[in-house]
Amino acid sequence: MHQLLRTRVNDFAMKLANVNGTGSASANSLLMQAIFRMGIPVSGKNLFPSNIQGLPTWYEIRVNKDGYTARALDYDLMIAMNSQTYAQDVAEVREGGYLLHDSTWPLDPKLFREDVNYLNVPFSKMCNETFKDARERILMKNIAYAGTLVALLDVDMAVVEQLLDEKFSAKKAMRESNSKALRLGYDYAKEHLPCPLPFHLEKMNANDDKILIDGNTAVALGCVYAGATVAAWYPITPSTSCMDAFKEFCEKYRKDPETGNNNFCILQAEDELGAIGMVIGASWNGARAFTSTSGPGISLMNELLGLAYYAEIPAVIVDVQRVGPSTGMPTRTQQGDVMEAAYASHGDTKHILLFPSNPAECFEFAPKAFDLAERFQTPVFLMSDLDIGMNDWVVPRLTWDGSYVPDRGRVLNAEQVSQIAKFQRYYPEDENFVAARTLPGVHAKGAFFTRGSGHNKYGGYTETPAEYQEVVDRLLKKHQAAAKYVPAPVIIKQSGARIGIITIGGCDPAVREAVDLLAARGVAADYMRIRGFPFSDTVEEFIMHHNFCFVVEQNRDAQLRSLLVLETSVPKDRLRSVLSYGGFPLSARHVIEPILSQVPPELQSIPPKVDASSRTVVSDSWE
Amino acid sequence: MPSIAKPVAVHPSLHRNAIGLNLRDYEGAMSTLCAGCGHDSITAAITRAVWELSIEPHMIAKLSGIGCSSKTPTYFVSGAHGFNSAHGRMAAIATGASAANRELTYIGISGDGDSLSIGLGHLCHAIRRNVNMLYVIENNGVYGLTKGQFSASADVGSKSKRGEANRMAPIDPAMLALSIGATFVARSFSGDKEQLVPILKAGIAHHGFALIDVISPCVTFNDHNGSTKSYLYTRKHMQKITEADFVPPASEILANIGPSGTTTVTMHDGSVVRFTAIPPDYDPTNRQQVLNYLQQNHDSIATGLLYVDESVADLHEMNRTPAMSLARVPQEKLCPGTAALNELQEDFR
Repeated sequence: MHQLLRTRVNDFAMKLANVNGTGSASANSLLMQAIFRMGIPVSGKNLFPSNIQGLPTWYEIRVNKDGYTARALDYDLMIAMNSQTYAQDVAEVREGGYLLHDSTWPLDPKLFREDVNYLNVPFSKMCNETFKDARERILMKNIAYAGTLVALLDVDMAVVEQLLDEKFSAKKAMRESNSKALRLGYDYAKEHLPCPLPFHLEKMNANDDKILIDGNTAVALGCVYAGATVAAWYPITPSTSCMDAFKEFCEKYRKDPETGNNNFCILQAEDELGAIGMVIGASWNGARAFTSTSGPGISLMNELLGLAYYAEIPAVIVDVQRVGPSTGMPTRTQQGDVMEAAYASHGDTKHILLFPSNPAECFEFAPKAFDLAERFQTPVFLMSDLDIGMNDWVVPRLTWDGSYVPDRGRVLNAEQVSQIAKFQRYYPEDENFVAARTLPGVHAKGAFFTRGSGHNKYGGYTETPAEYQEVVDRLLKKHQAAAKYVPAPVIIKQSGARIGIITIGGCDPAVREAVDLLAARGVAADYMRIRGFPFSDTVEEFIMHHNFCFVVEQNRDAQLRSLLVLETSVPKDRLRSVLSYGGFPLSARHVIEPILSQVPPELQSIPPKVDASSRTVVSDSWE
Repeated sequence: MPSIAKPVAVHPSLHRNAIGLNLRDYEGAMSTLCAGCGHDSITAAITRAVWELSIEPHMIAKLSGIGCSSKTPTYFVSGAHGFNSAHGRMAAIATGASAANRELTYIGISGDGDSLSIGLGHLCHAIRRNVNMLYVIENNGVYGLTKGQFSASADVGSKSKRGEANRMAPIDPAMLALSIGATFVARSFSGDKEQLVPILKAGIAHHGFALIDVISPCVTFNDHNGSTKSYLYTRKHMQKITEADFVPPASEILANIGPSGTTTVTMHDGSVVRFTAIPPDYDPTNRQQVLNYLQQNHDSIATGLLYVDESVADLHEMNRTPAMSLARVPQEKLCPGTAALNELQEDFR
């Protein structure tokens, strides 16, 4: 017979296997939100198909009192509600773990595992008896399993009831159905199942200063706060909810109370070529303008990104990365656009990139992206990804500096233009190699001709080698000057560390957890999370300070490492890759195993004694 | 664009417009197109139209894509803001520009390659959005800068300089525009300035997207026997179906008392366009009739102001943007502030 897991409070992972389009998402986020409100560190990862209805979808919840909430790969509890994936789901339960399933129909004996505890609840039977409408029977089955989990995991029922009240404040009938379904599952569990399970929840107060938000919503909010007025886009997974949120916030905050007019204009373009064209047109006219897209959109935008770079027109591009190449896997996450974004377009081009690691930084970096785009008169990419963009993250409450003044860069007003003898678009330049621009319609003397064709430093057409080179050389220096303005890397040091671990974006929680777990195993490593490109001097110094560094990223070709090799003077062999690119969010285990196999024995010390209670349990298999 | 500056010498007898500028103040650099190019005549007509309308040069944004036609913004109104963008993308860039600042007069210059092939999608959607701009297609049926390939407007049977006949059906920008809800559609000929200038003025005054397809022969690659976009062919087959007379706002009252048999359309800015239909039953305000007419008379080149509807909401009305340029709305009105953020975050709990 199986072994019972030892009692663990606020430290477990579970996976919910569902069919998409059946309403499971609301039950799953209800659970996640309830745990959040109980003050416990939690994360939820939606692993969904590129489909509207009928295909397998999973939702993972990890609870960890110490705040390690990167994706876990071992599941203490599986909620197997999808017969299509039953075999796979049963196999993924950790030894001694639990599996909750719908026992309305008998389980295939082949799927029985000796080392797993089966929790049988006749969800379909109960829902069919309780609800008449066919659609309601399907929907309420989800709420019923949520009710069972409330009982099994000691979720605070009052919190769940409160959440349902809030959600269905305007829909009384729905509220009643939900309540009924919740009770069905809850009561059955209380009567027939060993409640609570050895791993369960207890209230904490870790979330008092936290919120639950996804990155696309946070970027959109950041763009509203930054003062963006024109947004142009073409629908594409996984960025669509960014523009949906921008629209919602604009409807809320940007309607003129007196006139009812909209202080914003959202253009759903005919394609991404059009979308970036509109952004460039609007920015040329002095509005803060942005687009949100994903890798395939960036591919199409390449042409005009070169125009914006060369003609020196600001543009903000939110890239919510997904799995490529080609259509790839639209609903899966990756950091596959690093190289594409850094050098987008033909000819010599280089762009400014920002790498937020979570929704809070998405909010923080959005105004930063506009400031940089206008300061340097160039495109700026905000490199989010599906994991950051579409999953709800627990992050510190967003803060706003009320004294924020947008950095509009060097823009001459009518008075300034009137005082200069002759306006020249690209001359003279300032210490950042940026020249002042004028906006159309401001002053007769400010008129100039913007062109993507060869131009000299005054903006005039040229085909003369020296004149052409003078301009592109300045553009290179301008790009380099931006290194001092992008957000500095986050560095966490350990005493005696001779290796470093470098990463970007949403890898942050998994890599930080890995750093702690490595330390517990006697491998001390310093941590650096890069937050912007061009790289600041600190990045190179960090690498040179270590015997070698591991670069952890989510793509096949080690794109961040490649960029480091190309854009710093560090020797190639100082950088080793740790890659995970299958499309699911990163787990600490993806990081630790390759690192341990590569760290030479002389850099591994005897593991210090660690208080077991302060450690996280990711997996017993390598503990 | 390579360009040659013109000497500025103004004869004192030149007329001045309502804002005290003479025609030369609306000129641009010397054209570098081939001698006799139809595009240069269109440039001259645009120069005259904006001068007659007394638009301040710096309140004009002139945009183009890539191609011979797209070079021409360099050759008119040097005091305007110019944007020579990328092949086919002008309509998208103009859309964004207009969204950000509705206070400028937008003049987009494109060609048949730029508009009907690489940029066809952007053109169609700018029409659908009813972006408030003048959009001129300088249509010569041929790719000039790349030396003579057929464009999508080349007629079936029309021959290239080397004698090869085009076999694919052409895209007629006027028919296309009408079929997707265009609110102003005109066709003219670069060789007929008398017709073109009032149409350009009406297009600028139009509230929304004004498409003007101007047949503009390419003297180098498409002005031979066998071409259906040559000077000779166009002159022979051109059939004026309306004669438009543009009357600026101040003269509105007089304009409304036009001769009998004319249709008058009052433009958004109070100006009036008065048409005389040459086929007596032609009604430029009836989309279906106009489409039928063009379909039934496709052997001739129908010119004039083909269709106009002043009543449709433009991009800004559809989006309810304020009367002022969005780019000038102060940050205080755009940023909801700290208190709103704190309040909002209760929803994220």
